Amino acid sequence: MNDSATLPLPAVQRLKAGSLEAWLPTAMLAIAGAALPLLGDSYLGVIATRAAIYWVLVSGLNLVVGFAGQIAIGWVALLTLGAYVTSVLCAGTVMPELSAYLALLIAGLVGAIFGLIIGLPALRLRTFYFAMTTLGFATIVTQVALAWKSVTGGGVGVPGPVLPWPFASPWGFYYFCLGLALLCTWMTTNIAASRFGRSLVALRDAEVAAEAVGISKPALLVTVFLFSGALAAIAGGLFASLQSYITPDAFTFDLSVLFFIAILIGGRGSILGPLLGTIILTALPEFAAPLVAWSTFLYAVLLLVIVLAVPGGIADMLDFKNRRPLERHREIRPRPELLAHIIPPSAQESLLKLENLSLSFGGVRAIDAVHLTLRTGEVHGLIGPNGSGKTTTLNVISGYYPPQQGQVRLNDKALAAGAAAARANQRIARTFQTPRLVGSASVLENVMIGATTAGRASFVESLLFLPRHRRDEARAQAAAMTALAAVGLDQLAFVRADRLQHSELRFVEIARALVLRPLFLLLDEPAAGLSVEEIKRLGALIVTISRQGTGVLLVEHHADLIFDICDRVTVLNLGKVLASGTPAEIRGHREVINAYLGA
Amino acid sequence: MLLSIVSYGLALGAVYALIGITYNVMFAASRVFSFTAGTVGMLGGVFGALCIDRMGMPVALGFLLTLAAGAVLGVITEVLTVRPVLKSLDQHLYVLSTLAFALMLQQLTAIEWSTEPQPFPRLLPFGPGFFDQQFWLPISACVLTIIGLEWLYRRTLVGRAFLAISEDNYAARALGLPEQRLRVASYALAGAIGTLAGFTGGEMMLAYFGNGPLLNFYGFVPVALGGMGSNRGAVAGGLALGLFQQTANFLVGGIFASVAIFVVFILVLLVRPEGFAGAAPARRV
Repeated sequence: MNDSATLPLPAVQRLKAGSLEAWLPTAMLAIAGAALPLLGDSYLGVIATRAAIYWVLVSGLNLVVGFAGQIAIGWVALLTLGAYVTSVLCAGTVMPELSAYLALLIAGLVGAIFGLIIGLPALRLRTFYFAMTTLGFATIVTQVALAWKSVTGGGVGVPGPVLPWPFASPWGFYYFCLGLALLCTWMTTNIAASRFGRSLVALRDAEVAAEAVGISKPALLVTVFLFSGALAAIAGGLFASLQSYITPDAFTFDLSVLFFIAILIGGRGSILGPLLGTIILTALPEFAAPLVAWSTFLYAVLLLVIVLAVPGGIADMLDFKNRRPLERHREIRPRPELLAHIIPPSAQESLLKLENLSLSFGGVRAIDAVHLTLRTGEVHGLIGPNGSGKTTTLNVISGYYPPQQGQVRLNDKALAAGAAAARANQRIARTFQTPRLVGSASVLENVMIGATTAGRASFVESLLFLPRHRRDEARAQAAAMTALAAVGLDQLAFVRADRLQHSELRFVEIARALVLRPLFLLLDEPAAGLSVEEIKRLGALIVTISRQGTGVLLVEHHADLIFDICDRVTVLNLGKVLASGTPAEIRGHREVINAYLGA
Repeated sequence: MLLSIVSYGLALGAVYALIGITYNVMFAASRVFSFTAGTVGMLGGVFGALCIDRMGMPVALGFLLTLAAGAVLGVITEVLTVRPVLKSLDQHLYVLSTLAFALMLQQLTAIEWSTEPQPFPRLLPFGPGFFDQQFWLPISACVLTIIGLEWLYRRTLVGRAFLAISEDNYAARALGLPEQRLRVASYALAGAIGTLAGFTGGEMMLAYFGNGPLLNFYGFVPVALGGMGSNRGAVAGGLALGLFQQTANFLVGGIFASVAIFVVFILVLLVRPEGFAGAAPARRV
């Protein structure tokens, strides 16, 4: 891997310049924010403080809604919770008074726990159900705040906390909130550009592919809910301080709507977009007084317009780079010689054995007692008529379906049945019949998703941009660029994946699988939709991959390709192995000719 | 006291059940959950009070106008928020578009009607007591709706067409069924059932814009627990929910009832995400 970093790849430099460009709008907002007190308008100060506080919450929620794609519409519940925890701890009515900072910290902890509790159902439930549970939680928290009079003061309320000097004055408090908001922007931007951010988006847009590269949904979502809950509760404490006195009335559902819509207006998977969205939605009603009563109505109209007309939000409108036309007549020119930099040469041979696999769907026996052995260094073709069980076999190997009978063994160790996310750690990679990529992410980011399990930095390390995170990123980027160059797509590394042609998407998927440095690579109809010339290049690429010591399982309908490049071929028919042998043997096999090849 | 718990609980449960049926009718036609289910329920109460109390219409006319308004809202929901996003059902954009429309309706009600609960007129001269109309009106509305739907789905050609598109959309279209028109009709029907819930439960719940989210949640609970698309599950679940809520209200106070319902809702769904009567999701690769 070391020499791959020294490859002459000019594009990596361009990426670094790009990240500076990405920081520019945020830096300008920060300078404008810091200079705001010069205007001496205290009312403006209150609005700006409120926007900063909202952003502390929204920045965390953005990871849940914008990145992970979870429809969490009741996040005001955590704001309420944080506001009450901080206020009650500072007021000293229940227990001895605490300092405001300590109270904010405790609120953050409590918020993290409740963020997790609200978030847990998302691991099991479908979107609308999850939206409903967050909505239900939001109503309950307000009811509890009203009823638990001895602690919350019921409808009368409690005074909010006051931060000590130098943050006691309105402008002092403003700077505190602004500083925190900037910190949150920086932290979430770090996450967005880390393997965690990419994994969240992959879970949102291509969950099946995310599993195949080893992304564990539960672990990732739990982390994000903890983080987001903590930020929301801290924002709640600051909100209480800004209000100076809180009652349950202060936490209307309209606030939830504001947070949620700010993110969608801003654009999913962006940091700057939701930041602008938050500022606009906070400021808009203040500067157009007659609109105050109509503000939530207008937010709702805006949401509808965004969903129906501009699903990408502000971030999409600002994405000028991706509007530049691409070169029309592009050619995919793989450079198989680069593969040596990706796949480490392995000394000993590995075997992947399918033993007596059977699986039925309802009454249909999709695969029936299938035996098959894959060897590293070989290309193994799997052919057969439609519905003969080829893709099902692939899905059992990669752990999407647990077989009803039999098992898959890697070097005589049985692989856990049905554990798709565990395959990446065994260095078993795959592609899909219909390419499963994140359309809104760049090609490079899509390929870097393959490096998720290679990352060593924890969430906190990425959050704070610590050395291990930077090393991870550099390594993942180098590996992804090399893989892209190897499949011949490095020129398109910074283009949004949804702008690519179908054939290019197939090669992107192979690049993503290669980043896993696979011991075994499962290709599901990689030649479908490719031109004759492209198929020839694909064949050469696959052969070189196998000669590097990777075992390739190739599911294909292009008989020429199969017989050209495979070392062994297995034919399936009606879920059973019809024949198995060298290409020459198969080509002459009478039953295979009858069932599949034709005369 | 027991009598009042039972009558009030069953009546409230009938309203929840009707909202649950509203969810179901829309879901069956389009595989979409709509946030407008509770909102049309809320509007049933508001329209009723508006027509009869404010504008002095006869009860029958106010009732018909309310149902018609519900049907129109149902059609608007379909055209504005469901049809444009049906093509990309897997992106779940309908959650956002129907939420947006529901919020618009709710805010409009808050601004143009009132943010305070308003009284709902007495419709018929029965009561007070166990046989008070405010209790038996929603219950009989629920019973009639169920019987009507069963008759529609089992005995009429249109009803069978409804079932066909809910069972297999593509196959139904291939057979030449006017899938889009049937979907619009389903949404109109759902809107009318939703306003029926709000109208008959109006005296109990009052004409209040805040009922929207409440009905959204409590109407969804029986549907989610019973399994999507099952009207009988929705009715059984709705009545049980109403009874449980009233009993808990009386014994331990409303907050604990809300918390208990929420906890049960989440726990059941975590154990059985497809509900008690639903089937596990199909293959996805």
